[in-house]
Amino acid sequence: MASIPPEFKVSIDSARCRKCGICVNNCSFGALEFGDDRVIPDDSKCVACYRCVSKCPDNAITITNYQWANRGNANWTPETTSNIQKQAEFGGILLSGMGNPRPHKIIWDHLLIDACQVTNPSIDPLREPMELRTYLGKKPDNLEFVENKEGEIELATELQPQVKLDVPVVFAAMSYGAVSLNAHKALAMAAKKSGTLMNTGEGGLHEDLYQYSDNIMVQVASGRFGVHNEYLNTCSMIEIKIGQGAKPGIGGHLPGEKVGEEISKTRMIPSGTDVLSPAPHHDIYSIEDLSQLIYALKEATNYEKPVGVKISAVHNVAAIASGVVRAGADVLTIDGYRGGSGASPMVIRDNVGIPIELALATVDQRLRDEGIRNRASILCAGSIRSSADIAKAVALGADAVVIGTAALIAMGCSVCQRCYTGNCAWGIATQKPELVKRLDPETAAQKLTNLLSGWSFELKEILGSLGVNSIESLRGNRERLRGYELDEKTLELLGIKSAGVGQ
Amino acid sequence: MKSSCYIPSGCSISAMMSESGKRIDGRAITKSIALMHDRSNGLGGGFAAYGIYPRYAEQYAFHMMFNSFEAKGVFENYLKDHFYIVHDEEIPTRPGAVYEEDTSGINIEYGMNPITESPVLWRYFVDVPGNRTQFVSESEYVFEKVMEINSKIEGAFVASSGKNMGIFKGLGYPEDIAAFYNLDEYKAYIWTAHGRFPTNTPGWWGGAHPFGLLDWSIVHNGEISSYGINKRYLEPFGYRMELKTDTEVVAYMFDLLVRRHNIPIKTAISALSAPFWKNIDKMPERERKIITAIRQVYGSALLNGPYSIVLGHSRGIVGFNDRIKLRPMTCARKDNMLYMSSEESAIREIEPNPDTVWSPKAGTPVIGELYEEVE
Ligand code: SF4
Ligand code: SF4
Repeated sequence: MASIPPEFKVSIDSARCRKCGICVNNCSFGALEFGDDRVIPDDSKCVACYRCVSKCPDNAITITNYQWANRGNANWTPETTSNIQKQAEFGGILLSGMGNPRPHKIIWDHLLIDACQVTNPSIDPLREPMELRTYLGKKPDNLEFVENKEGEIELATELQPQVKLDVPVVFAAMSYGAVSLNAHKALAMAAKKSGTLMNTGEGGLHEDLYQYSDNIMVQVASGRFGVHNEYLNTCSMIEIKIGQGAKPGIGGHLPGEKVGEEISKTRMIPSGTDVLSPAPHHDIYSIEDLSQLIYALKEATNYEKPVGVKISAVHNVAAIASGVVRAGADVLTIDGYRGGSGASPMVIRDNVGIPIELALATVDQRLRDEGIRNRASILCAGSIRSSADIAKAVALGADAVVIGTAALIAMGCSVCQRCYTGNCAWGIATQKPELVKRLDPETAAQKLTNLLSGWSFELKEILGSLGVNSIESLRGNRERLRGYELDEKTLELLGIKSAGVGQ
Repeated sequence: MKSSCYIPSGCSISAMMSESGKRIDGRAITKSIALMHDRSNGLGGGFAAYGIYPRYAEQYAFHMMFNSFEAKGVFENYLKDHFYIVHDEEIPTRPGAVYEEDTSGINIEYGMNPITESPVLWRYFVDVPGNRTQFVSESEYVFEKVMEINSKIEGAFVASSGKNMGIFKGLGYPEDIAAFYNLDEYKAYIWTAHGRFPTNTPGWWGGAHPFGLLDWSIVHNGEISSYGINKRYLEPFGYRMELKTDTEVVAYMFDLLVRRHNIPIKTAISALSAPFWKNIDKMPERERKIITAIRQVYGSALLNGPYSIVLGHSRGIVGFNDRIKLRPMTCARKDNMLYMSSEESAIREIEPNPDTVWSPKAGTPVIGELYEEVE
């Protein structure tokens, strides 16, 4: 390892340090040690998770980027060179956690929202009702009514199951295994408090969480871990995972050391074994196969729960989405190329897939062109960072959004991208008991709830400034978006006008 | 035609209906809308009238506007291909005419803006050839043709296309439009009127209100802030928004929900001006089920933004407001007459002693229905 220069540098201000050793105990990456009556850092092990910084009572610790002598080479950057060095040292695939960190243009930041002036008054959300309620599920093309004996009309159409969300935000699929049980608990509790859903991910559902069934979306992925009848019926909806934005076309791998007793029970696999999720579902090699699985799951749940399908945003996403909806999916989740992951080959994460903004816009338009937009709700995933991103996603056509990384950050994650190591210093992406207990589910749930409530207030402000009082009047309303510093083609694909253009 | 102009303010609407089917000439409605002169700016006015063509009551009456005689020619060839023309004639007008009466309004100067220029205005009374309706209903056939004319025939615009009704509109103050079209010579059991103060959309003859499609006519005071999604919702159903204004979506929304999806008008209004969830949750079960499903399925039909709207159709009128009543509307009854207007004064101008006068609550439609046959 010596030949690979460290990424970060840990500096301890000895004039401030009281030598309490708290930082040493807190560093789960083994970067700090006590010796010689002082804290000795090993820069090469530091991942800049800031755990020590936040715990140091004396503010004695500073983490900085390790300064390379800058040879001014924009092609062979420190990152590129050190990646080569790592592979030269170890062979194998470079892994990383979290989503694509590259500085590509973030389209969300180039979308601007409209507001009312004079002719259409804005609405004060503090004085008037503002509605965010959203229902996920298949909607019929139209409703039919009959007249009853008293001459009153009654609904004749039987609607397919609908899942109610009080906020148009659900928590992303993060499996028990990739994250800790405490993290899962926090997500479930927060989903209940906020009137939304948490997604089990592909690792099954721990029995302690069965009580939250109304706020749970269970996932069925290629490995089918933890999928059994009770699991399928302990939820308000099911999601079949086909792809993930951080690693389209790639399976998953949970190393054996993470598979303890509880995980082994929940996933229904022997403890200590590596858990491999195959890249494709071995029973899905075509859209007809997907359709069969969708209907098998509907059969298993007596047609009482919507069945969704999650795909990653790849080049042909609009056509694939249309196929998925025609195959019977009630909810379609699209995960963009910035979507997060506990562990993903860097080469895939950073180079495969397309931006969610373009994927969402083209899928929504395609489904409308085909007259089937009502047949499935659209969930938009892949780096939703703020209420503004939500408003923009909804305006482009999403029914609701999915947050993974943002939820983790609310719980304490510092985006150090080392989820795959199992050493998460914040007790989130780890199974080590001493680390897991650092995450208090109640506190983390409260933070998640606070985040969603803050975003709800902001969304209501945005709706009010747009002069509408219900989210469905923003949904798909691209007329209220403008693009700034975007090229013609991007504007065309997004279906929006350039900033500066009126009606 | 005048160019567009952007000055913010409101609009005026007024409507009257004889629920017993008595036909009344256009002077009263003109006087009512004339009183609200200051709510328009001369960039659009118009009237819808039902019951005006008893001689051709069974034919679809196409009120057409053409930019040129050439466009008229193209249109007529199209019309001959798709319809049987029973009768056609120029719509009689009086260029240069102005409103010459007085109202009780103070300091209103009438007659300053005579209407001198207009597009070519023509009306056609047509039958749908029987062999064209094997696979689609007659109304669906006419609907498709109207969409096609408005989007494909350059310079031709269908102002109205219902039976025994017509829309008279243009650029100018509404009372001058009435004089221009000789509305005192028409008798109708329903009149609706609109004075326009265009802000967000350019003023042009086709863009004036009322908007019509088949039997439907819409006058609208306000803005549809949800226009973008309403339009996108309607498009896959074959509606083409060509008129550069948000009001047309209202007409099309009624056409889709009521004519094509067969939803009772009152229920359709709970999609367009939906009750709030907090109230829906408290409704008795039957109603709650209906309205919940309406909002789930027709969420994109919700008309959001400030408005008051009067819908006209051959069997009645419906007045309704946005969900929190951001635009005014007052209603009154006298005997068999129902009035709706932006201002109470505009009703009293033509009916000084109404039996009842009230301001309907947000989202609560006021419905006038023909209970006797038209005289
Ligand atoms: S890995 Fe985290 S806890 Fe350890 S030294 Fe670096 S920042 Fe501090
Ligand atoms: S979850 Fe933990 S390991 Fe992963 S990025 Fe966040 S802090 Fe780092």
